[in-house]
Amino acid sequence: MKLVVNGQEHVVDAPVGTSLASVLRERIGLTGTKIACNEGHCGACTVMIDGVPVLSCITLAHTVEGDVTTIEGLRDHPLVNAFVQADAVQCGFCTPGQVVSAAALVAANPEPSEEDIRHAMAGNICRCGTYPKIEEAILHWRD
Amino acid sequence: MARLIRTEKEVEGNFEEIWLVVEEDPLEQWPAGPLDVVGRPAVRKDALERVRGEARYTADIRLPGMLHAAVLRSPYAHARVKTIDLAPALELPGVRAAIGPGDAPGLEAEAGYAGAAVAAVAAETFGQARAALEAIRVDWEELEVVVDPEQAVERGLVHGEPERYERGDFDRAVAEADVVVEGTYRTQVVLHNSMETHQSVCEWVGDRLDVYTSTQYVWGVRSEVAGELGMPADKVRVVCEYMGGGFGSKNSAGEYTFAAAALSRATGRPVRCALTRREENVAAGNRNATIQRLTAAARSDGTIVALGGEFVNALGWGGWSASTEGPLKMLYACDNVRTTRHTAKINTPPMKAFRAPGFVEGTFGLECIIDELAAKLDVDPLELRRKNYASSNDGTPFSSKNLTQCYELAQKHWDRRHDVRARSDATWKRGVGMASQIWYGGGGPPSYAWTRVGSDGRITVVTAMQDIGTGTRTAMAQIAAEELGVPLDRVEVTLGDTARGPYATLSAGSSTTPSIGPAVRAAAADARRQIIEIAAQRYDLEERVLEIRDARIVSADGNLSVALEEFLEILGSAQILGKGARGPNPTGMSVLTFGVHVVEAAVDVETGEVRVERVAAIHDVGRIVNPLGAESQVEGGIIQGIGHTLSEQRLLDEETGRVLTTSLDAYRMPTIADVPEIVCEFVDEPDAHLTNLGSKGLGEPPIVPIAAAIANAIRDATGADVHELPVTREEMLRALREAAKKERRGSPAAV
Repeated sequence: MKLVVNGQEHVVDAPVGTSLASVLRERIGLTGTKIACNEGHCGACTVMIDGVPVLSCITLAHTVEGDVTTIEGLRDHPLVNAFVQADAVQCGFCTPGQVVSAAALVAANPEPSEEDIRHAMAGNICRCGTYPKIEEAILHWRD
Repeated sequence: MARLIRTEKEVEGNFEEIWLVVEEDPLEQWPAGPLDVVGRPAVRKDALERVRGEARYTADIRLPGMLHAAVLRSPYAHARVKTIDLAPALELPGVRAAIGPGDAPGLEAEAGYAGAAVAAVAAETFGQARAALEAIRVDWEELEVVVDPEQAVERGLVHGEPERYERGDFDRAVAEADVVVEGTYRTQVVLHNSMETHQSVCEWVGDRLDVYTSTQYVWGVRSEVAGELGMPADKVRVVCEYMGGGFGSKNSAGEYTFAAAALSRATGRPVRCALTRREENVAAGNRNATIQRLTAAARSDGTIVALGGEFVNALGWGGWSASTEGPLKMLYACDNVRTTRHTAKINTPPMKAFRAPGFVEGTFGLECIIDELAAKLDVDPLELRRKNYASSNDGTPFSSKNLTQCYELAQKHWDRRHDVRARSDATWKRGVGMASQIWYGGGGPPSYAWTRVGSDGRITVVTAMQDIGTGTRTAMAQIAAEELGVPLDRVEVTLGDTARGPYATLSAGSSTTPSIGPAVRAAAADARRQIIEIAAQRYDLEERVLEIRDARIVSADGNLSVALEEFLEILGSAQILGKGARGPNPTGMSVLTFGVHVVEAAVDVETGEVRVERVAAIHDVGRIVNPLGAESQVEGGIIQGIGHTLSEQRLLDEETGRVLTTSLDAYRMPTIADVPEIVCEFVDEPDAHLTNLGSKGLGEPPIVPIAAAIANAIRDATGADVHELPVTREEMLRALREAAKKERRGSPAAV
């Protein structure tokens, strides 16, 4: 299978039924995408396909047709600094997924309201409870 | 100088008397308030790598040739393995080894709960290992299942004798009281559900074992593994540089570590053993359920004369019995107290410490009944709390206690209650509630740190502690920077590896900053002293006139001012090495944390929906090292607490004892959409008796009072007494019906 990830083409040999998250982490070595539940309930594995956030742990790698963007492709995104400055990270395990979801949000809606943020980010669980800081980071992502 | 003392050591509210080698702590505390670095907001030293997905967690460790393990777990809540045949599993593709009961600690023939580990398989892929589990043939003998904690206590199925405590004459005080309130409170089983599941990667290197593990205590895992495997402790190296949350559930090695070690030994290859999310919801520990039968008695002037509690800790098959009665014994001045705590041993998954174990549960019951007492006395709940203020811990002085200042800071939030109530309408009733907090968090010795200063004037703090996500790496860097008179960006912190640094205590019990922080300061002071010594020789000045300020060595008369890196060039490849140790806790004093939460909540009286709209949290935890990180801790504790107050609940099939809520869809944790407005304030007064730092811990305090504060806000809004967590819509509607009945009985029209 061929996958375009963060602008680079990868030829991957993986059995049918392998999840995108697994391919990214185990075959391509991009471990920034985390797997926390592996059944689509927590958002830690969020990546973008053609700019749309998807749960990579329940996306079959062989069905992917668009360009995949992972946290490794967003390392210079202004949201990264916004998360750092706002202290929107505690243990950090959910954070790459949060940043990807937030990047998709601000791409579609550069000035999201608090309500927009709460709606778009409700699928990304953070057990440490960094939510207030995440909201702050996204509200001020361009500062 | 080292000194041997006999002292009480506290971990998570558990005390034991031990011999302890401590070192003197001669440093004077810094003045209160913000300093150059300490007390000022700092972004995390490790934020960038965590946010960018570069931080390598245990889940990201990939060793060459690494195999993947899967664990076979009991389908029965109580059963014994009569025979087990691993051979069919070994014949399947990719399988390299299989082990059964007795082959590794934690794999046992008797399963005391559904989910107990029995056997494990290592294969080339996790999928192959999972598939091989199906092939293992087990002949089970089913045993009697008991899941009802009260039935267990009646039948003597318990962990140890009941824990009893009494002071004064409880019966007489209740008999002579003007007002007596009784109530039964129940708290549920709550799951930690750290985002990174419990996991280890083990690799044998010669006769040495390397353990990469998601843990709150690298040294604890080291001694546990060495002990179980009969190895010298220094042959075991435990590494945890970044860690995806623990909340108390990752204080020990766990069967996954032992299974990985045994399978690695059997195959000669590194082995990863990681729990799946579904296993995490069953076999990774939990906050145990409690039943609390409480009595509060007072004179009509509001003096609390008696407090009593009969507690059942529904522990499950294992774990330890936390002090659910702790808050009742300590929070208020009360001469007559009687408590009994039973610990049921039932066929449910084992308890593990969860963020202020015992006190979260006990504070719910206590602070609810205190408000019910206030209602019956017709006294303002805040006034009742002030009136019964404890000025000592049953005779033992507090090292510091600023709960009065917390109450003063809470007043403005409490005064909003008239306006909040006025915003009620026919459906949504609004109210304000409060609850106080008491918990440990003083930390203690031993813990050690080293500092290393190079010729470039940069400092590395080396200590084998962990940062489990609480920001302790940053706090340690701030402390070292402050002591050495340099900006924060000059300091790095190396941690999380027992082979690369001295012993540091566990990251649990709100103890990291108060335990290790003073050692880091001492190590930084040692390095500073040496730098001053060299500078005095170099510039032919007296040491006492020299100091390091703004990364410059300056003399008192202002004639010398040289950049640290410029001066330290003379070191070349030489380094200045400092060492520091945590000194003793103050003798004869109780070191505790305090606080109060004021909650504004809204209740939909038609559907039973409860919304938390605003939380004001005021905490007294001594000196605040990093106000930004501290605020994050408070917000996180509150949000996690809202979870166990309103939505989180592990459900069990009462017939089979199997856990029904094994996914994050079924086990409902708060999302960003559930977060209220949070206001966070600190007294920020160093504890003058506690170490060179005066700081206590903050990881746990903010989760302690939240459930009771919400319940009290619900009562203020609706008049309904919720007595059970979580406050589901069913529980809320039950409480509303109960309140309506009471009102009808009490009103003349109903007679």
